[in-house]
Amino acid sequence: MKILSRIYIALIFFLLFAPIIVLAVFSFNTSGSTTQFAGLSFKWYAELFRDSVAIKALQNSLFLAVTSSLIATVIGTLAAFGIDKMRNRKLKGAIKSVTNIPMMNPDIVTGVSMMLLFVALGSILHLSESLGRTSMLIAHVTFNLPYVILSVLPKFKQMDPHLSEAALDLGCTPTQTFFRVELPSVMSGVVSGLMLAFTLSLDDFVISHFVSSPDFVTLPLYVYNQTAHEVKYSMYALCTIIVAAVLVLLLLINFVGSDNRKKKSKRVIKEV
Amino acid sequence: MKPGSFFKKAAAAPHIIWSVMFIVFPLLFVIYFAFTDNYGNFTFDNLTGLSVYTNTFILSIGFALIATVVCLLIGYPLAYFISRTDPTKQKILVLLIMLPMWINLLIRTYSLMSLLDNGGLINGLLQTFGLSKIKMVGTSGAVILGMIYDFLPYMVLPIYTTMSKLDKRYIEAAYDLGCNNRQVISKVVMPLTVPGVISGITMVFVPSISTFYISQKLGGGTFDLIGDTIERQFQNEITYNTGAAISLIMMVLILISLAVMNKFADSDEEGGIIV
Repeated sequence: MKILSRIYIALIFFLLFAPIIVLAVFSFNTSGSTTQFAGLSFKWYAELFRDSVAIKALQNSLFLAVTSSLIATVIGTLAAFGIDKMRNRKLKGAIKSVTNIPMMNPDIVTGVSMMLLFVALGSILHLSESLGRTSMLIAHVTFNLPYVILSVLPKFKQMDPHLSEAALDLGCTPTQTFFRVELPSVMSGVVSGLMLAFTLSLDDFVISHFVSSPDFVTLPLYVYNQTAHEVKYSMYALCTIIVAAVLVLLLLINFVGSDNRKKKSKRVIKEV
Repeated sequence: MKPGSFFKKAAAAPHIIWSVMFIVFPLLFVIYFAFTDNYGNFTFDNLTGLSVYTNTFILSIGFALIATVVCLLIGYPLAYFISRTDPTKQKILVLLIMLPMWINLLIRTYSLMSLLDNGGLINGLLQTFGLSKIKMVGTSGAVILGMIYDFLPYMVLPIYTTMSKLDKRYIEAAYDLGCNNRQVISKVVMPLTVPGVISGITMVFVPSISTFYISQKLGGGTFDLIGDTIERQFQNEITYNTGAAISLIMMVLILISLAVMNKFADSDEEGGIIV
């Protein structure tokens, strides 16, 4: 049984990663072929880095991921604080349900609905371009918000309410209490919300596909445009770079995460 | 008003304003467009005209259902086996399950296509062994395989999360009370992991039914799923209304099925999206 389960795990993981590994191997292929490996070369990588559209797309993606995740984290953290303190249950429930809509809805519907809004706003305000950088930023903040709230809200719930009461008793204003007591105690949720928002923004294709314009292209949109018609080997190179970056990032987060945990447990021991 | 209660009250205000403007209004626009014609006159024509797309709906639902069931059949044992390995290995395996979730869907679909394509690796290998090529891209099998390949991790992770949280004492108690292995799985593990299964099903079914990239790449243009149809309507301003009507129907269908499924799961936990 144990051997069987091991074989099963190995088989599924093999199937899961085989296509990506093949892609990575052939990105170093001299000839433009996915069947014969003619020799090692970096020519597809060189071609990719010569492509100014790709570089611009990377810049756009990073700009969007940084700004949208920061905005979503600020709005979302404040919202989680407000929702946690809210006494009106009906209002609380309503806000939570609306917040969850972009998470439940298929991305295509979210994308389409925002596109309709922007197009309508554009024609009402007589804008020449209703879609582009601004619409992308708004859309990304919108789909990031529920994830930030989802990571921060539980931390507020877990917090000991006596802590903020103590701070108020000791003469802090509520704003000071928020920044000196409440915010530090939910910080782990805020950070994980920020990271989640950052990666979601970097990764999004479907919603961006509907609210972007040809002059504001992100990396996933660039991949989409490039793979629309024929096989492009410079895309193999780009995909390999992205996969490698993801792998490094994931390992890094895991190392940093375990390090933090160790620190925390040490501190707890000291306090005890 | 106590000093500072304003801050508490106002904290959620930016979010509320943002949600109304960019979540509620856009959905109202979908409804508005679905019920009006090009000139803004009220009409039911968009919705009644959707009968043309009956086959598209049936095909999409069928594909998504098959992909979801296969993901469940593959993913459930996988999650179970992973949860039974020792802790260090478990950590690595979970990381490996999460890795594809972080790699863009386009890239994963594209990599699968590079294997299945007519000039791809599998057909190349077949030819070197003197066999004839098999046409894979452009078949329904390839589209469903693409869905399974892309969304399998989203089935495994939530199931694994509920399994690893499962109190081991229940299992011990079942053994003590005379259950054999099979009974433990069917009577203890399975019922207790239903919430994970439900969120897994949602996380596979919803993207499968609404995809358009997978069917474009692996379907080779021969299949028209709901996602493809919606995407096409929004390339041209004249067909926005039809597109909005299809989106509305799909959204209502999905929200109803989510509500029904959540009745079974009775938990407000969001599975294992966030680890």
